[in-house]
Amino acid sequence: MSRYVVRRLVIMIPVIFGISLVLFMILALAPGDPFEELATNPNVPPEVRMNLRAQFGLDDPVPVRYVRWLTSMVRGDWGFSFVSRVDVVTLILQRLPTSLFVLGSAQLLGLLIALPIGTFSALRPYSIFDQVATTFAFIGFSLPTFFTGLVFILVFSLTLDWLPFIYRADIADTGWRWWWQHARQAIMPVAVLGLFQGATLTRFVRSAVLDVIRLDYVNTARAKGLSEGATVVKHVVRNALIPVVTLVALQIPAIFTGAVITEQIFRIPGIGSLLISSILANDTPVIMAITFVFSCLVVIFNLVADLLYGWLDPRISYR
Amino acid sequence: MDERELTGLIAQVHTGALSRRRFTQMMIALGLTAPMASQMLGGAAAYAQTKSTYAPTKRGGGGPLKVLWWQSPTLLNPHFATGTKDQDGSRIFYEPLAAFDPDGNLAPILAAEIPSLQNGAVAKDGKSVTWKLKKNVTWHDGKPFTADDIVFNWEYAADPATAATTVSSYKDIARIDKIDSHTVKITFKNPTPFWSDAFCGYRGMILPKHVFEAFKGGKSREAPANLKPIGTGAYKFVDFKPGDIVRGELNPNYHMPNRPHFDTIEMKGGGDAVSAGRAVVQTGEYDYAWNMQVEEEIMKRMEQGGRGKFETSPSGNIEHIQCNQTDPWKEVDGERSSVKAPHPFLTDPAVRQALSLLVDRGSVHEEIYGRGGQTTANFLNAPSKYASKANKAEFNVEKASQILEAAGWKKGADGVRAKDGKRLKMVYQTSINAPRQKTQAIIKQAAAKAGIELELKSITASVFFSSDAANPDIYSRFSTDIQMYTTTQASPDPQTFMEQFASWEVANKENKYQGRNITRWRNEDYDKLFKAAESELDPVKRAALFIRMNDMAIQNVVVVPVIWRTKVQAVSSRLKGVEISGWDNDTAQLFNWYKA
Amino acid sequence: MSIATAPAPSLLARASARPSLWREATRRFRRHRLAMVGFVILLSMVMAVVVGPFVYRVPIDEIDFRAKLKGPSRAHPLGTDDLGQDLLARMLYGGRISLAVGVAAMLISITIGTTVGAMAGQLGGAVDHTLMRLTDLFLSLPQLPLLLLIVYLFRDALKKVLGPEAGIFVMIVAVIAGLRWMPVARLVRAQFLSLREKEFVEAARSLGAPTLRQVVRHILPNALGPVIVAGSLDVAAAIIAESSLSFLGLGFPPDIPTWGRILYDAKDNLDFAPHWALFPGTAIFLTVLSINYIGDGLRDALDPRKVLGHK
Repeated sequence: MSRYVVRRLVIMIPVIFGISLVLFMILALAPGDPFEELATNPNVPPEVRMNLRAQFGLDDPVPVRYVRWLTSMVRGDWGFSFVSRVDVVTLILQRLPTSLFVLGSAQLLGLLIALPIGTFSALRPYSIFDQVATTFAFIGFSLPTFFTGLVFILVFSLTLDWLPFIYRADIADTGWRWWWQHARQAIMPVAVLGLFQGATLTRFVRSAVLDVIRLDYVNTARAKGLSEGATVVKHVVRNALIPVVTLVALQIPAIFTGAVITEQIFRIPGIGSLLISSILANDTPVIMAITFVFSCLVVIFNLVADLLYGWLDPRISYR
Repeated sequence: MDERELTGLIAQVHTGALSRRRFTQMMIALGLTAPMASQMLGGAAAYAQTKSTYAPTKRGGGGPLKVLWWQSPTLLNPHFATGTKDQDGSRIFYEPLAAFDPDGNLAPILAAEIPSLQNGAVAKDGKSVTWKLKKNVTWHDGKPFTADDIVFNWEYAADPATAATTVSSYKDIARIDKIDSHTVKITFKNPTPFWSDAFCGYRGMILPKHVFEAFKGGKSREAPANLKPIGTGAYKFVDFKPGDIVRGELNPNYHMPNRPHFDTIEMKGGGDAVSAGRAVVQTGEYDYAWNMQVEEEIMKRMEQGGRGKFETSPSGNIEHIQCNQTDPWKEVDGERSSVKAPHPFLTDPAVRQALSLLVDRGSVHEEIYGRGGQTTANFLNAPSKYASKANKAEFNVEKASQILEAAGWKKGADGVRAKDGKRLKMVYQTSINAPRQKTQAIIKQAAAKAGIELELKSITASVFFSSDAANPDIYSRFSTDIQMYTTTQASPDPQTFMEQFASWEVANKENKYQGRNITRWRNEDYDKLFKAAESELDPVKRAALFIRMNDMAIQNVVVVPVIWRTKVQAVSSRLKGVEISGWDNDTAQLFNWYKA
Repeated sequence: MSIATAPAPSLLARASARPSLWREATRRFRRHRLAMVGFVILLSMVMAVVVGPFVYRVPIDEIDFRAKLKGPSRAHPLGTDDLGQDLLARMLYGGRISLAVGVAAMLISITIGTTVGAMAGQLGGAVDHTLMRLTDLFLSLPQLPLLLLIVYLFRDALKKVLGPEAGIFVMIVAVIAGLRWMPVARLVRAQFLSLREKEFVEAARSLGAPTLRQVVRHILPNALGPVIVAGSLDVAAAIIAESSLSFLGLGFPPDIPTWGRILYDAKDNLDFAPHWALFPGTAIFLTVLSINYIGDGLRDALDPRKVLGHK
């Protein structure tokens, strides 16, 4: 197993660079321009736009630009945003805490909802509890987040006036008031995202538990006299966790890039909204930096998931 | 009213028996304009009326001012601004010599008075203007504001290596003489009727020489002050997170008395227009929101709570449909929409005429834009002295059908008119934007009734408005038969605005589609009129020339005006003193805002 | 709850009597109540959108400002939108596209995902490595620039070859499916890794069943659990994704009323005209529900070790 781990770790580096090359080419070839607003303004002469393009190296051939990016990145210089001339690392770090807070909580909420409800549903399939839970889960993921977000805002901000709906990352208060304000403004976005994740995850948990429950060793455990609770926890859940681990590993990198639509609706200054605005403004250095970190997270967490399979089900081996 | 009565009224103003405001109102009622009224009064400085409505009697104490810009500033150097959002953000901290008020007049900010022919500050040959600067103005770091800063700003913005977006306002200045520490004389290369282009409004914000001196030319984009502005404005810089938030605090040494009222200002960005409107008008979380591109219905419903209102300011921006004079479907020498391939049927005046009759402006205005615009028959609408009275906006499907029929376009079996094997099918494109898509749907329906088939296409805004010459979807390549968008009229002087019909501005492959004449229409008479207006110093003659140019563009149906856009903003009912000009930034008069 | 054990001889008998396996499966499917409900719902929706526009002839784009934002009435059974256009007609017309896109994209993504995951999980070694790294690559791709690029490169070519409507349809389905198969692949692979070592597979192996038969007859049916769930999720996601694409100008033109698009258009009028959003939302919900129940039924029908008689 350790040979496997070492092999995987070694291969990770070239894989990540291969991915970065593909990413860069896609960005370089995609249409669009960082200087959109200058185009409709009759007061900006064409030379100015052309000068800017040349200054940022946008007219150089793609391989040249890639090598330039790669060599500076390796040295720790991740470049400056075309649009605002702010250091890319600074831009990302400015938004990282908010992303982690809001999206991390949402993931946690999703897990906290899905594990108990999904398991319980599977233990009593097609019962009233299961039907109700299933229906809610379906409603949850049939509706896009922009929709549920808006419904929440309508109900909790506009009608009831309980919660603010514009997220402010810097709140002037101190002490417990600071926590309270942060919590108040985070409730809705975390709920929107968490419920959406929870809905999808519940379905997977239920399905996974159902699969396991029918297998022999569960019945063996029961026959041996283990209580239902112990059976469930010790045998069923552990094995049913494999698909859950797969999914969570796929979701964790998404904490980094965020949930673009929810961030837009609640104006959360997270990395997701930075990514989308950079994409729409064709701000290549920022997009490359974010997608590069994202791809590293994807590769790393998929490796972690693979290793966890081995721990959860000792019979799994990697040939 | 005859000349003698006018002279009498003018005399009354000078003795104080009649207020300037009342005089201006009377002139407007006669069909003249505010700027013309000022000129008649001999411009003892064309001062905008001082806001006697400013109530607070001391500086500060107003608490926080929270404003929402749903497109957030990404940098804070006004000379690199790529859109009004960046200018508005910079304007919190920087100031120009004068601002443009809602009527297009100048209101002094860093200038002691407004130059004019009467006070001798504007030369009779139109080649120079002298500005007197306000004394005792300091930058946020305490250093004094002097004429050196003016000279520096000219050098900075005019240098092509700086690649400033404001360069066109400064490149025609021949030199600036420093008469004394607070007086400058600007000399232009040619007679320049629009001398207030430089140093006024959002293209005129002044940067401190001592901070930016080390970052001229090619190094301009590396200045740390690009992100941490030091200006003369009512608020000092506190924090800036690009794309998210701009924060400022009261400037205790501000050069206007008792101002500003608020202790801090916060400009938050992101999201969309509708939710921004809600935050001001429904929940009151914010005090002001910019650029409310929201449908009238929705605005009306939001206002019912009484916590805020949506207010309007006329601008010169015109949402219009362009008719391609060239064939976008034929490629000549690697170029589509080339002047070498005229359009198969849009060159037929009957077709264009019919098209102009098929735009139901009334419905578009009532059902979609509401207070966000007015119907118009003109391309050039503002200031009012330039608005032609010769054109009428008409919506008449019957008439359009008749015109087409008479010109030989007969309806085929599929309901679409054709002649000589050419079908009247057009592709109609615009950017992604709910009101635009709705407008497209309305026009498509009317056109279908008259026998014209429209295929709708919409392109994401950042691609449509980009300048990437390789992409056929950008608006300047005009790869469809008709397209629609808003051209902004960036200043009260229509010169640059009307240049987009001149033949030398045709966008083509050679100039990488950066020319401003998108319709590719060429007309010798128009070119002659434009050249004449460029150097005409008499304001009345000049206005007449622009009116004729507008009439040419309209009567030849080169463009079909759809909606004359007004700026709409959301204002909390507690916020007072807000007077937004369509010719300047929303934040131009921030120092006058207060809460009752 | 009775215990179902599957002793080896019965497995063999089943494996050799193939026709009866399908008949058995169909029979079990038909007995699964919810699956039949789902099937009926889906069938009615398909029939409605296929036949509906021929029967209900109100035009989808007739603009009538006097009738705007009205709730359900005799003239407009599902109400109207803000241009006064009839919602029922629009839902029927757009439903063709939404259902087609949703189901097609789902089928393609789970086919690709299952194949990749099965191969990786079963064959292991270098094949597993390569396929998983490919999966990692696709997972890392930023969707939006990729979409813009694909549209930019292929839209005109596809239009020429397939005609404007079919061209866009193929492109959208390819793009949506192409970016959603990865989680399915990882899930299926994980299932294979653990099922490969289970007793009934060992049993089949020791009886000499070739790899392909092991995979198809024994492992795959048991691995389908997450695939079914992913399938129903994918349909909803595909329908919504199509509306996001159209919002960005990359999909169908904005005047084509797909369900996701109607939902998006309705969002600013939720407080005033909830019917506008209610109907497309319900339609998507019902589609997802029916696909999921059908999937449940399929899984139960094909599972050789099904537990009979559940509470």
